[in-house]
Amino acid sequence: MQPALEFSSLLPQLAFASPEIALSLGAMLLLMVGAFAGDKSVSVVTGLSVLVIALAAFLLWQAGDGRAFNDSFILDPFARLMKYAALAGSGIAIAMSWNFMRIEKFERFEYPVLVVLATTGMMLMISANSLLALYLGLEMQSLALYVIAAINRDNLRSSEAGLKYFVLGALSSGMLLYGMTLVYGFTGHLDFVGIREALAGSERSIGLVFGLVFILAGLCFKISAVPFHMWTPDVYEGAPTPVTAFFAAAPKVAAMAMLVRIVTGAFEPVTADWQQVISFISIASMALGAFAAIGQQNIKRLMAYSSIGHMGFALVGLAAGTQNGVNGVILYMLVYMTMTLGTFAVIIAMRRKDGMVEQISDLAGLGARNPLQAFLLTILMFSLAGIPPLAGFFAKYFVFVAAIEAQLYPLAVIGVLASVVGAFYYLRIIKVMWFDEPAAEFLPMAGELKLVLGVSGLLVGLFYIFAGSLVEVTSSAAASLF
Amino acid sequence: MTGWPILSVVTFLPAFGALLIALMPAGGPLALRNLRNVALGVTVLTFLISLKIWIDFDTKTAGFQMVEKVDWIGNFMSYHMGVDGISMLFVILTTFLMPFVILAGRESVEKRVKEYLVAFLVLETFMIGVFCALDLMLFYIFFEAGLIPMFLIIGVWGGKRRVYASFKFFLYTLLGSVLMLLAMMAMYWQAGTTDIPALLAHKFPAEMQTWLWLAFFASFAVKMPMWPVHTWLPDAHVEAPTAGSVILASILLKMGGYGFVRFSLAMFPLASADFAPFVFTLSVVAIIYTSLVALAQEDIKKLIAYSSVAHMGYVTMGIFTANVHGVEGAIFQMLSHGLVAGALFLCVGVVYDRMHTREIAAYGGLVNRMPKYAVVFMIFTMANVGLPGTSGFVGEFLTLLGVFQVNTWVALFATTGVILSATYALWLYRRVIFGLLDKENLKGILDLSTREKALLYPLAALVIFFGVYPAPVFDVMSASVEQLIGNYQAAIDAAGQTAAANAAPQG
Repeated sequence: MQPALEFSSLLPQLAFASPEIALSLGAMLLLMVGAFAGDKSVSVVTGLSVLVIALAAFLLWQAGDGRAFNDSFILDPFARLMKYAALAGSGIAIAMSWNFMRIEKFERFEYPVLVVLATTGMMLMISANSLLALYLGLEMQSLALYVIAAINRDNLRSSEAGLKYFVLGALSSGMLLYGMTLVYGFTGHLDFVGIREALAGSERSIGLVFGLVFILAGLCFKISAVPFHMWTPDVYEGAPTPVTAFFAAAPKVAAMAMLVRIVTGAFEPVTADWQQVISFISIASMALGAFAAIGQQNIKRLMAYSSIGHMGFALVGLAAGTQNGVNGVILYMLVYMTMTLGTFAVIIAMRRKDGMVEQISDLAGLGARNPLQAFLLTILMFSLAGIPPLAGFFAKYFVFVAAIEAQLYPLAVIGVLASVVGAFYYLRIIKVMWFDEPAAEFLPMAGELKLVLGVSGLLVGLFYIFAGSLVEVTSSAAASLF
Repeated sequence: MTGWPILSVVTFLPAFGALLIALMPAGGPLALRNLRNVALGVTVLTFLISLKIWIDFDTKTAGFQMVEKVDWIGNFMSYHMGVDGISMLFVILTTFLMPFVILAGRESVEKRVKEYLVAFLVLETFMIGVFCALDLMLFYIFFEAGLIPMFLIIGVWGGKRRVYASFKFFLYTLLGSVLMLLAMMAMYWQAGTTDIPALLAHKFPAEMQTWLWLAFFASFAVKMPMWPVHTWLPDAHVEAPTAGSVILASILLKMGGYGFVRFSLAMFPLASADFAPFVFTLSVVAIIYTSLVALAQEDIKKLIAYSSVAHMGYVTMGIFTANVHGVEGAIFQMLSHGLVAGALFLCVGVVYDRMHTREIAAYGGLVNRMPKYAVVFMIFTMANVGLPGTSGFVGEFLTLLGVFQVNTWVALFATTGVILSATYALWLYRRVIFGLLDKENLKGILDLSTREKALLYPLAALVIFFGVYPAPVFDVMSASVEQLIGNYQAAIDAAGQTAAANAAPQG
């Protein structure tokens, strides 16, 4: 039996979780502000939410590495890096809604508060070192996300998307829980270290494999990997664009981090079993992401399929199951998030006098109308397609190099072929921007969107300059899992 | 070795120029003229600096020279540059042709001039980088990155079917290259390095060589392009603007041949020996079939594009003869084709700018109004045919000589290609230049302008110079090629001995 928690021993442990505590307290406080001041306070709440997230990042910087709460919470270099990424994704997503809310008459103070709550859940997921902590974090994030998906409640599409997401999400949570009970039943442990030791010491039982598969199914729903991806295009299309931007970035990073930790931590002794599942999911996601996106006319739906494909590519690294593979996954998620946020900055700015537009054809001739914006989006598109010397190439390089190291040749070959098919629809966007006759002008881009687009374009375009030092950071983060 | 990183300077000077141009104003005719002058100045300066590479180049050394090496991404990639006798002349060819390319679009390109110049200068950086890179991944990055500007050049400034052509070009090339990328990763795990000099010394297991060779072949055969994966080239050539066609024919195609020499032949000798008959077959089919296809073309640019495919057939054939004549001939053929095909596309550009059609039937009797044009076009046509005294002859003759030592039948079939190329080239010349000047709209056509003379005369002079006196080129490459062939033979002999040793105990 573990010793019971004493108050005197609890206090130092809380320091490890200080960012999460700050986020939860901040969310409650902001909820109060919003509830008493009404929807007028939306810009104040939005601004304060970004501050709360920045504060959490500061506290994360201050906190040292270690474990807390009977080892069910862990803060290591991997968790730290992924938490920074999740915080950045959430913070930027909130910031990008700033002007949008005012112009679109979409003034719901709940939105930033829910994002902060979801971020709390993500932070917990990333640090979870036992099945229970993982589930708590995951549900905390998911409940907030269900509401966010349907936040535009007067809009039929948005409500439908939210409902769809909720029903499928609840189903996946159920599968996840069921898997956990099986794993607990067959190993007698909830914490990752215990599960790992139990698995290493005994024969692998078929019941455990069932549990593992259920857990993977539940988690793959969260990263929207095929065949658990059905909700993604609808939610992406139905939700207001800044919300979509949020969905595309931080939650994916957190869920991927959680998936990496559980398979490399708890299920390391049965690597061969989960490797097959991850390989299949990866191939299916890459292929579906590549082919299904070709026919899309709506740019948000296209980004949904693109994100499905990208999750498939990130999983190539995980399928390798090695330290190099995890390094690839981390790098991929960081690059993916940067590219996605930059792309959504442009999508949020696709607005004419009569409102938002989201067809790809609306981008026609952007190269003539606004060369700088078109240039940056072109960089992002080539990078999403994985063309060197842009960031997306390096991300793909590191996941595939791990797959080759692990001798997963069929996976690697299918993966690169899928990336060629995928290149087609990114090229189509570039073609629309540069080769077609200009469509009507967009209204000027809001300042915060310009900033996000500019920064992400620069990071992606000049990635090769700081790639060396970034890979050092991600390698040491990956090393902390092995 | 000089004290400053000359290869990096030559490589990145055009990119720096592109940045400069991007920051300059583009409104008004004066500003546009400034942009063009800056671009021209940058490319000329790059060429002048690159000449120093040739001057400082030590022809006695077979290994890499002017090497620069900086750590980049851990063990995975390094920034490693250098040239040897095989790559150095391609660098010079690129820097030499770029001012012509910039000058070629000076009057015909009027929309988005700034983006146009930026795209070409960025492309120049990537092309030089390909030939200088001494790290596998660095090579791949430059090799692949060139797709981006070329895609935009075809797509934005191209003809009617530019969208189709640009997509086809991009996706075809990408498809071949990604397989090569996987092979490079496998090489990294096998040899533990991405350093090209180290990999050249590394001996890959025979079975692995087969797979690696095939993966590299997928990329270079598309880039080259070899029959039957050549179909992107005629489309890309026809739709690209004149300057784009020149780059494509003169330099981008050479990357495939360079890759075959540098990687396929040098790193996978056993697989190269096994696959040589396969390459010969494809090359001979390319030479004969695409020459026949060229005969049937109605479009001048398409005809030259198919003739390029046929000429590249000599190159692939020469490379895989794996003897000094064949490889030196192939490299010379590539350099010569760079000048000749580039010049031919410039010639097409001259009449296209006046009449805005590339149909052969729309011309005829131009010699009456354009005698100077008729002369230079004649020189390049003859060089394309491979007439002795022009640079086209030297390369073709040497590759045929090389292949004759290996397989006389291949040599026999390949030689018929010379006759066929004379047929289509001379017939094209006759239909465009000779005959009666009976078309009304041709009666006012003007002869070469000063700018066009500046474009074509130097190229014509070089084509004849290297046809008569090719020694400077062979001096540069002979040491490196001899070392390459020596290593190749050693590897083949070693494999033969192991096989014999393995067979002996059983037998």
